[in-house]
Amino acid sequence: MAVSKEARDKTGGGKATGAASPNGQQPAAEQTPDLGGERLLELYRKMLLIRVFEEATQRAFRQGKIGGYLHVYIGQEAVATGFLDAYREGDKVITAYRDHAHALLLGSDPNAVMAELYGRGTGIVKGKGGSMHLFDVERGLMGGYGIVGGHIPLGVGMAYALRYEGTEGIVQLYLGDGAIHNGAYHEAANLAGLWGKSGMNPTLFIIENNQYGMGTSVERATAMTDLGAKFDSYGIEHEKVDGMDVAAVIACARRATARVRETGRPYAVEALTYRTAPHGAADIKESYRTREEINQWRQRDPLGLVEQRLLDSGAADEGRLGALRDEVKARVDEAVRFADESPEPPLDELHTDVYADVAAQQETEPTHA
Amino acid sequence: MPELTYRNALRAALTEEMARDESVVLLGEDIGVYGGTHLITQGLLDRFGAKRVIDTPIAEGGFTGAAIGMAMLGLRPVVEMMTWNFSFLASDQIIQNAAKLRYFSGGQVGVPIVIRGPNGGGVQLSAQHTHSLENLYGHFPGLKVVSPVTPYDVKGMMLTAIRDPDPVIFLEAGALYGTKGEVPEEEYTVPFGKARVAREGKDVTLISYGRQVNLLLRVAERLATEEDVQAEVIDLRSIRPFDEETIVASVKKTNRAVAVQEQWRFFGVASEVAAVIQERAFDYLDAPVERVSGAEVPAPYARNLEEAAFPSEQQVIDAAHRVLYREG
Ligand SMILES: Cc1ncc(C[n+]2csc(CCOP(=O)(O)OP(=O)(O)O)c2C)c(N)n1
Ligand SMILES: [Mg+2]
Repeated sequence: MAVSKEARDKTGGGKATGAASPNGQQPAAEQTPDLGGERLLELYRKMLLIRVFEEATQRAFRQGKIGGYLHVYIGQEAVATGFLDAYREGDKVITAYRDHAHALLLGSDPNAVMAELYGRGTGIVKGKGGSMHLFDVERGLMGGYGIVGGHIPLGVGMAYALRYEGTEGIVQLYLGDGAIHNGAYHEAANLAGLWGKSGMNPTLFIIENNQYGMGTSVERATAMTDLGAKFDSYGIEHEKVDGMDVAAVIACARRATARVRETGRPYAVEALTYRTAPHGAADIKESYRTREEINQWRQRDPLGLVEQRLLDSGAADEGRLGALRDEVKARVDEAVRFADESPEPPLDELHTDVYADVAAQQETEPTHA
Repeated sequence: MPELTYRNALRAALTEEMARDESVVLLGEDIGVYGGTHLITQGLLDRFGAKRVIDTPIAEGGFTGAAIGMAMLGLRPVVEMMTWNFSFLASDQIIQNAAKLRYFSGGQVGVPIVIRGPNGGGVQLSAQHTHSLENLYGHFPGLKVVSPVTPYDVKGMMLTAIRDPDPVIFLEAGALYGTKGEVPEEEYTVPFGKARVAREGKDVTLISYGRQVNLLLRVAERLATEEDVQAEVIDLRSIRPFDEETIVASVKKTNRAVAVQEQWRFFGVASEVAAVIQERAFDYLDAPVERVSGAEVPAPYARNLEEAAFPSEQQVIDAAHRVLYREG
């Protein structure tokens, strides 16, 4: 059953309360849990790893060491950090091309992730996919995908498969605000709602609403800017969360994952967040938004918020935070060094992995090339 | 003659035709406020307004279908595919509606639409973002498919495309947007169905389209200087309609041919070239026609693998040697 009309009217969609984000939308959730100093520090370390890692990838892109497209997660760290905090073994995670953070949070080796971006044979998919196609199946990462919306039906199908096999697993399906206007989303959400009626679709849709799909703001992409409401049509309940506040995301994620796990029915969370970096490393044009807007969101930088909380509560002092930064930076430096020193993939890798076995591949090769 | 980049030549064609013909409208993702991710439509929103330069959500099937509907009522939409890789989502509309409407309406409606955007690989975008789709769209009767490679041709063929009464698949050489060439100031058009002899020669014919034409020109230069072999280079430009005459005339002169394509070997444009030659110039051939194609794998990301996946100068030279019986 969808959220009641009254609830929507009160909150502008979903059951969110709290301070308005800079663009006037209603984010925030219930009372954020008291996470405790050490736990908060641990979350901070995770977000910092993402931030520092992403900054290193931007530098490497500028140096020409990373090619193709590169989309970083800077500004959005609290979203995946919060939701993947509720990840349990057996769950599956699927997302689009902005996927480095998801891999790092699931425990993928930063060396292998960086090496992938460098196109090295030691990369997490052997240098074959690059930034947009990170996979770590052992850790539940079922991929990054390059075609906007294209991965959404896959996630819904995975959720069915998890129940079919009788597991307790759920799918965390991440999608952008831009992807929700694509037909693939609408067809897949309808299926999820339908299959969920018989408990066969434990999909948690997580909309990373970073306000833009490339240069197009949400307002310029749809007349119904409450993205959670798109799920109403398919009988999927939804809420919003302040995607800049990792504690709020964690509280929401715990509840949302538990209900999806218990019911086998899909649920959706619209995380209100912001991409402070350009869309892709090559897209330097920022004519579609203002400096002031970026700065305004930066004031609620997800890392900054946690730092403040740590300092205010006395859980950490500047010295401790500084030591943590050094530690994370050293880890990322190591990943960069590893990637830089790794060899290119061997040329015969070109022809592997097209089919399950190389013999099948050879059968489809021209006899005379 | 002034020099323009491929990008600016393309924009000039769009601008001039929009100024000349009020029925021309543009649709696509980030073509207006953002100015186009490849800057082809930069400045056009300011000049022509939001009614004619329509920014769309990421909904290729929807906006391409809507543009086809506009065309059915006489507008002349030019739809930008941010890259042709995203056209698979629109391909149902393109193939099932645009290509066939005239036919299954018994001639009552036409679809004067142009769908354009960058096509082809070479910039490490890996499997989902690297396709060369000439043969796919070229397969369907009802569509016209062109693939210009020079600034001169891209402008002249865009004007032809917009004025054409039928749907045109306009495949741009995305890797070459920044390259320059001569483009006259006065209006001109370049017809469809006419290949271009990009370099004349008498010893062997090298045939391709799109950015591979530049590869062939480099190869021809090497063959000339290093081995005194004079290669003729044919730029097909137009895939459907397909210019058999220019190919056949050249092969009758050189008696040897190599067809090159970035796309996969099986069922590709080069196969069509080879078939036409054996049908119409069999008796003139001194060697079997050779094809050089992309490796039969989805495009890899790593630089060295990607390089190995596309035709190289050396592969083309080896193929030329084979048809010239100069192996080894
Ligand atoms: C089908 C398709 N159309 C267009 C693109 C080009 N493109 C890549 S990312 C993007 C914006 C997507 O925005 P959103 O879903 O909000 O994700 P974000 O980049 O903000 O994380 C576009 C248009 C694409 N990759 N796939
Ligand atoms: Mg977005």
